[in-house]
Amino acid sequence: MSEILLQIDGREVKATEEMTILNAARSVGISIPTLCYHEALTPYGACRLCIVEIISGGRKKLAASCVYPVEQGLQVITNSPDLQKARKATMEFLLARSPDSAYLRDRAKREFGITAPRFVLAPEDRSDCILCGLCVRACAEIVGISAIDFVLRGIKSQVEPPFLKGSDVCIGCGTCVAMCPTGYIKVEHISRIAVTHEFPKIGTENISEHAVKCKVCAAFHLGPTYPKDYNRLFAGIE
Amino acid sequence: MKPFRANLLVCAGTGCVSNRSFKVKLALEQEIRRCKLEDEVLVVATGCQGFCERGPIVVHWPDGIFYQKVTEEEIPKLVAEHLLKGRPYKELMYTPGEAEAPIPKLTDIDFFKYQRLIVLRNRGIIDPEVIDDYIANDGYTALHKALTEMTPEGVIDEITMSGLRGRGGAGFLTGLKWGVCSKAKDPRKFIVCNADEGDPGAFMDRSVLEADPHAVIEGMAIGAYAIGAQTGYVYVRDEYPLACERIAKAIKQSEDYGLLGSRIFDTNFSFVIKVVRGAGAFVCGEETALMASIEGRMGKPRQRPPFPAQKGLWGHPTNINNVETWANVPIIIMRGADWYASIGTEKSKGTKIFSLVGKVNNTGLVEVPMGISLNKLVYDIGGGIIGGKGLKAVQTGGPSGGMIPKELMDLPVDYEKLAEAGSIMGSGGLIVMDETDCMVDIAKYFLAFTTDESCGKCTPCRVGTKALWNILDDITKGRGKKGDIELLEEIAVNVKNLSLCGLGQTAPNPILTMIRHFKVELEAHINERKCPAYVCKELIDYYIDPAKCKACMICLRKCPVDAITGGKNQIHVIDQEKCTNCGTCFEVCPSRFGAVRRLSGEPVPPPVPQEARIPVRESR
Repeated sequence: MSEILLQIDGREVKATEEMTILNAARSVGISIPTLCYHEALTPYGACRLCIVEIISGGRKKLAASCVYPVEQGLQVITNSPDLQKARKATMEFLLARSPDSAYLRDRAKREFGITAPRFVLAPEDRSDCILCGLCVRACAEIVGISAIDFVLRGIKSQVEPPFLKGSDVCIGCGTCVAMCPTGYIKVEHISRIAVTHEFPKIGTENISEHAVKCKVCAAFHLGPTYPKDYNRLFAGIE
Repeated sequence: MKPFRANLLVCAGTGCVSNRSFKVKLALEQEIRRCKLEDEVLVVATGCQGFCERGPIVVHWPDGIFYQKVTEEEIPKLVAEHLLKGRPYKELMYTPGEAEAPIPKLTDIDFFKYQRLIVLRNRGIIDPEVIDDYIANDGYTALHKALTEMTPEGVIDEITMSGLRGRGGAGFLTGLKWGVCSKAKDPRKFIVCNADEGDPGAFMDRSVLEADPHAVIEGMAIGAYAIGAQTGYVYVRDEYPLACERIAKAIKQSEDYGLLGSRIFDTNFSFVIKVVRGAGAFVCGEETALMASIEGRMGKPRQRPPFPAQKGLWGHPTNINNVETWANVPIIIMRGADWYASIGTEKSKGTKIFSLVGKVNNTGLVEVPMGISLNKLVYDIGGGIIGGKGLKAVQTGGPSGGMIPKELMDLPVDYEKLAEAGSIMGSGGLIVMDETDCMVDIAKYFLAFTTDESCGKCTPCRVGTKALWNILDDITKGRGKKGDIELLEEIAVNVKNLSLCGLGQTAPNPILTMIRHFKVELEAHINERKCPAYVCKELIDYYIDPAKCKACMICLRKCPVDAITGGKNQIHVIDQEKCTNCGTCFEVCPSRFGAVRRLSGEPVPPPVPQEARIPVRESR
């Protein structure tokens, strides 16, 4: 595996090919604020809080550090007045959508000094779900089930089982509840998601056979290993 | 092929088909048979002629006579006059605005005269559903030349030297893009034709696919050879049924002729094309979202890098170009990079197809050399503004583009110049607006589109576009506040800089250009509660001038909400409480009276007292 040298905040950082800027920065103790990032899951690059300045090919641009792969000789700035402003703007957007979320309010105030957004969205455009997608990815990658996903689009986006109906594959493991940073998904919701079938009993042979370990903490989240990428099979391409 | 004395080319583009051109074709064929001319005259269904507003269009060849708005009823007369008696039929000819005499020949009509057809060279000439027509017009000779006389590197060099840039909007050099993908080390590669054209008022790619699908196929085959791809996908939106049908038919014909498939022209090159129909999300025109959609996942973009050329469809290197770009390729190979590079401006080569729509007399599809001025497009080709009104602005690049004010109409249209003016080339939408259009309202309209089409993945685009729309909505409804302009600007810049993909990065352009070029109008909305163009309903009041009202009862009867009181010999008065500002009274008031006035930003005068409501009549 080839070693990649890059510069983060003026420091030489050694990284490996598969690392992102965020991984490389954290490996040397440089912290970058994140929201939709979780070390156990594939990075998603959606919340835009982890934005950094990079100079690549002589051009300066902004990039989400959680998904941007390291490059040889890349120069990264993780903190500057402009970045502070950019992150503050992103937090303001997040807060405008979820003004009642205690988690978000706390972070907005503590990290960015924002108490309220300067613009309000209509009640139907607000929700405590910040659409970070942690639950969706955890259900797909840790549990291996994909009982929930994003539905609809734009400001109307939400996380739900397909067609906003009950899921016939949810096993009620509660991983999504544990993952949700804002406490929007509650244990009670699971019975609503999984309406069409009875949960298999935890610990039965059928389930423990297929249990998958979380790749970070090695704890068991229960769930059979369904083929994760349907298309890979469908298209016959590996 | 059997020779005919005359060909009648019936336009079968979407516009003309909606205007019953297939029925016209049928009627023509029947009438020709009835007159026993079937051995002398051939009726051909062709692709879009571009002058959609005048459809259905029939062109007589070899005379070059242009017939417009042809109906089934007119067919017997047309056949009798032109085909039997040899006299072109004047009644169906095109007469521009004020002119008195019709212009018989297509090539003499301003709309066509200033165009330069390269991509659309076969439009209106060949039947897009017949491969032999395409081949008869030098079709597939470029592919033959590339495969038998050129190396893949040679093809890429030729395309690079031609200066061809991506016609999908960003304007990246096509040859460079191909070069990157061709160098990727992977035995499996893909190419994609992006036909997910979704801008409101734009139909360039649709028209190319409908008029000349084989040009796209040939371009893709040449690209695949240069890049080393084995499979190509055409991602076409399902809202384009005719385009879907014609490209599928064309692929089938090419396969039957051995122009697609294995060992094309007995070389080692094999290539297949599949059609994927998009489900109609604007964001799927973004290349990473498009690939996700082809793979069967939700059409949401992802971070680049990795670029498609590194990791594309199913992880393999993929090269994506749009329809118009692919359709440019065969002729560049055929006629050479030098010839192509001689057309256009220093950095923008070749021609560009625009869909010229909005308040111009001649709406339709035009192909012009890069560097043409907006003035020429609007006035020479477009025939000026409808009703002789004044031009206000042109929106280029669709909802992701910007407004270019009339002061900049001399601007040569190329990638750089448009960017300098704060707009983009985009895929080629060109919406003309006149003095009756409110720029704040237009910006709100485009933003409503992008807000609706935002995929919702990244925060700035999802929330920011909606927040911007909310502020604009408030402003157009008289709820604008001090500081709104600064807030709009700040949010717009943040959405532009922080969004994940091109949709969010360009969505604020209409607002930013509106603030840049039409700030006075925006300020009038906020500070004076005034809409200078009288568009924003909430900011307008209608008032009947008692000195002019002749108590004719017209507006009173037409008012849909019975807000007008009065009667015979009694001046009409609008009840402002009941009035919904629909403007019906303003439109129906006879122009010789002109009694109904629109007010904006000023108070409505109090109604005249009951006893004074007697109309002033001029003594005869």
